[in-house]
Amino acid sequence: MAELQAGAQIPEVRVTPDKYLTVRYAGASGDFNPIHIDEEFARAVGLPGRILHGLWTMAQVARAQSEAAGGAARLRRLSVQFRGMGVPEHEVLVTGTVREVAEGRAIIDTVAEQDGSQIIRNAEAEVAL
Amino acid sequence: MPVNPSAIGKSYEPVTYAVGREKIREYARAVGETDPVCLDLEAARAAGYADLLAPPMFAVVYSAPSVGPPIFDPEIELNFAMMVHGGQEFEWGAPVVAGDEVTTTASVKDITEADGRGYYVFESVSVNQRGEQVCRGTWTNIVRGV
Repeated sequence: MAELQAGAQIPEVRVTPDKYLTVRYAGASGDFNPIHIDEEFARAVGLPGRILHGLWTMAQVARAQSEAAGGAARLRRLSVQFRGMGVPEHEVLVTGTVREVAEGRAIIDTVAEQDGSQIIRNAEAEVAL
Repeated sequence: MPVNPSAIGKSYEPVTYAVGREKIREYARAVGETDPVCLDLEAARAAGYADLLAPPMFAVVYSAPSVGPPIFDPEIELNFAMMVHGGQEFEWGAPVVAGDEVTTTASVKDITEADGRGYYVFESVSVNQRGEQVCRGTWTNIVRGV
C-alpha cells in the first residue's frame, strides 16, 4: 500500500493486453460489440483493427487506485473521459497524483495512456484511506 | 437535427442481476484484479465478506444492461451509429458479493447539444436485495453531427 499524501504519485500500473484479451473481456463483461472482437468488422467501419473496450481500460485505472489504497473495496468513486482508442498488444500505462487528502479520503488525478497518447484523461478517483 | 430534451427525467424498467461467484472470478481475471478477496473464497471470508467481493468495475456487469433501453428509446432519437462513449462515472456504496441480487434503474439525466455534438447523459442506480445502494453510474454518450 502506497503513502497517499497530497502531491504523491501512486504506483504506476503497466499492462499489455494480449491478442485475445478483448474476447475474454467481452465474455466477462457481456459487451460483444464487434468492433472489439472482429478484425474484419472493425476495419470495415474505419477503425485500424479491433479496439480495446473503454471500460476495460477504465478497470485498469480503477485497479491502479485500489492497489495504491490497499484493496478493491477502497475505491469509492471514479470518473473518466474516454478519448481516442486503445488497441491490443500495446502497453497501457496508468499514472496518478494525489491532489488532496481530507477526512479519511484521498482524491487522485489519474490518466491512462498508450503509445504516448492519453486514452483516458481528466480522470478523478476518490479512495478511502 | 437538434437534440430532443423532452425525455429528461424519464426512467425505465428496473433490471435485476444475480451475482455469481464464478462470474466474479471470470471478470476479475479479465481485468487483472489482484485483490485476493475477489478471487479466493478463504481470503474473502477471512476479510469478513460472506463470499467473493466483486471488483468495483464489476458494476459494468450488473448495471450496463439497464442503459440499453434509454439508448434505443425512440423518444430520445439517439443516433447509435454515430455514438461514442464519452465519459463514465461510478460512485460505490455497499459492497457487492457473490449471491447478491442487484436491481438497477436507469433514467435520463441530461440531453444537451454543444458544437454540433449531442450529449446524452444517463444515470443508473443499483441497489442490493436489502435495498442498500451499491452503485450509482453516470453514462455520457456523445453523438457527432446532431
